[in-house]
Amino acid sequence: MAVEQPTAREAEQTRIHNIGYRSYDGPRLGRAYARRSLYSQSLRGAYGLGRSVKSKVLPMLLFVVMCVPALIMVAVAVATKAKELPIEYTRYAIIMQAVIGLYVASQAPQSVSRDLRFKTVPLYFSRPIETVDYVRAKYAALASAMFILTAAPLLVLYVGALLAKLDFGHQTKGFAEAVVSVALLSLLFSGISLVAAAATPRRGFGIAAVIAVLTISYGAVSTLQAIAHVHSGDTSVLVWMGLFSPITLIDGVQTAFLGASSSFPGAQGPSAAQGVVYLLVVLGLIAGSYGLLVRRYRKAGL
Amino acid sequence: MTVIATESLSKRFPRVTALDRLSVDVGPGVTGLVGANGAGKSTLIKILLGLSPATEGRAEVLGLDVASKGGAIRERVGYMPEHDCLPPDVSATEFVVHMARMAGLPPTAARERTADTLRHVGLYEERYRPIGGYSTGMKQRVKLAQALVHDPQLVFLDEPTNGLDPVGRDEMLGLIRRVHTDFGISVLVTSHLLGELERTCDHVVIIDGGKLLRSSSTRDFTQTTTTLAIEVTDTDEHPDGTRAVRDALHARGVTTHDGSELPGAGHILLLTAEGERTYDLVRDVVADLGLGLVRMEQRRHHIAEVFKDGEEQRKEAVGHGG
Repeated sequence: MAVEQPTAREAEQTRIHNIGYRSYDGPRLGRAYARRSLYSQSLRGAYGLGRSVKSKVLPMLLFVVMCVPALIMVAVAVATKAKELPIEYTRYAIIMQAVIGLYVASQAPQSVSRDLRFKTVPLYFSRPIETVDYVRAKYAALASAMFILTAAPLLVLYVGALLAKLDFGHQTKGFAEAVVSVALLSLLFSGISLVAAAATPRRGFGIAAVIAVLTISYGAVSTLQAIAHVHSGDTSVLVWMGLFSPITLIDGVQTAFLGASSSFPGAQGPSAAQGVVYLLVVLGLIAGSYGLLVRRYRKAGL
Repeated sequence: MTVIATESLSKRFPRVTALDRLSVDVGPGVTGLVGANGAGKSTLIKILLGLSPATEGRAEVLGLDVASKGGAIRERVGYMPEHDCLPPDVSATEFVVHMARMAGLPPTAARERTADTLRHVGLYEERYRPIGGYSTGMKQRVKLAQALVHDPQLVFLDEPTNGLDPVGRDEMLGLIRRVHTDFGISVLVTSHLLGELERTCDHVVIIDGGKLLRSSSTRDFTQTTTTLAIEVTDTDEHPDGTRAVRDALHARGVTTHDGSELPGAGHILLLTAEGERTYDLVRDVVADLGLGLVRMEQRRHHIAEVFKDGEEQRKEAVGHGG
């Protein structure tokens, strides 16, 4: 008996510690909440937050690389008491396109290919979230990440310009136009990159595919434009060529509508009428990318 | 209460008919869905999750119509796929928390439920390590945990014992049993192995070629027709005692079959026991012949035999039809 008693007490204590299964009676926040959660998780993931230290390195580095030239320009403008910033706001993204391309090529595949490659997609679609929610959350997250990447240096320039006491109205207008332009650029680039990445479940291939789409198209278009510029006086051929690469599309739209000066050879951008075509192509590509992504995930579900 | 109800549910693809007028009711508890590969199990789960429209017929899960209330159903059920579905570079905790939030749980609740659920499926310290380094058994537990984390009323487990060794298989089956008994969650578990469902399930639904072959409780499968195995000694008078007993039983209208597929074949008689009467009869026959009764034991009737019978019947029916 004397031996048994402590054993019995012990058993009781063990039972107290083993609280057993507890059911959940709390709120279930449904589809919209799940979509928001996926958006914030993917946005954080695009900068490596909530992921391994290794995956933070590249996006953070590229973010710094994006901002450093802006800081230098601001420093120069303040030091030399210049009347203008060294470059237009709208020009910044065009100059830094390689960095932007590298960023989107590295982050688009990690955002979508992982779920496809490891077949995690069915787990999402067996929950209240649906294909369109998933695609919207992923698309919005990457576009937001791109916007942060491209708008942050503009903000640096703008704040710097104000500190240098440059003309407020002029600077604000230039900044606002450039913000609209990089917003379009973010949507366009992330759409195209997500489609390319979602078509290739292997991450390495995804990165290569995105870089190929962005750089080959730009290389081809800018080369042909240069040849056209040298050999023919007709600028309209050169302008229409600009429709075939993402960065020249953005260049064209901002030249036509957002007060930018064109970076096309001869600085001849599209006219307002041609600009409308540019804008329609950009919007069409954004909508088309979204449509293709939805179709891709309809097929991938379960 | 019915958890799942289907009414002449059909799903036809251009080339194959995955489900053919399937009507079945499933109550609470653990239900096994058995069928060979390609029998339509996964198609049925997809339809029940409201992810794939049925070609014909209707289905309800937890009283909700799958065609119109898919979202509400998916909020209340869990799903564990057959294939690998885990990213290797995140920890089980991070992954399950994320999946809990995708199911609509607020952040704090998602973390609490994740810790609870992982503990219940038997993942402890390893849950902070990346999933890539887990064994198959641990991965299966994570898959189960993500299906349970939002405390569903019903879970669909698609081949949860796939790829596990015998010990892991037993543990998983025990865990599935607990999902119902301890957690109060109804389970629909698919398998192509009938044997393992016997121990786990209250009810078994057998489908083949998209058609319902049989739906009844496990007890019905294994107990209504108990098989008796008899072994007797030989005597000088009856050099082949087994045969003598068989003849004597036949004379009294009891059919037997030799357990040719069993070890000790030739010395064992199998017969179907129909209550006390059969036991008395065997005792009397053996005594009359003056033989020694080495053993008379109840053999559990395996679902596999029922399935085999059913398949034979179906084949016959098809044969007659053709």
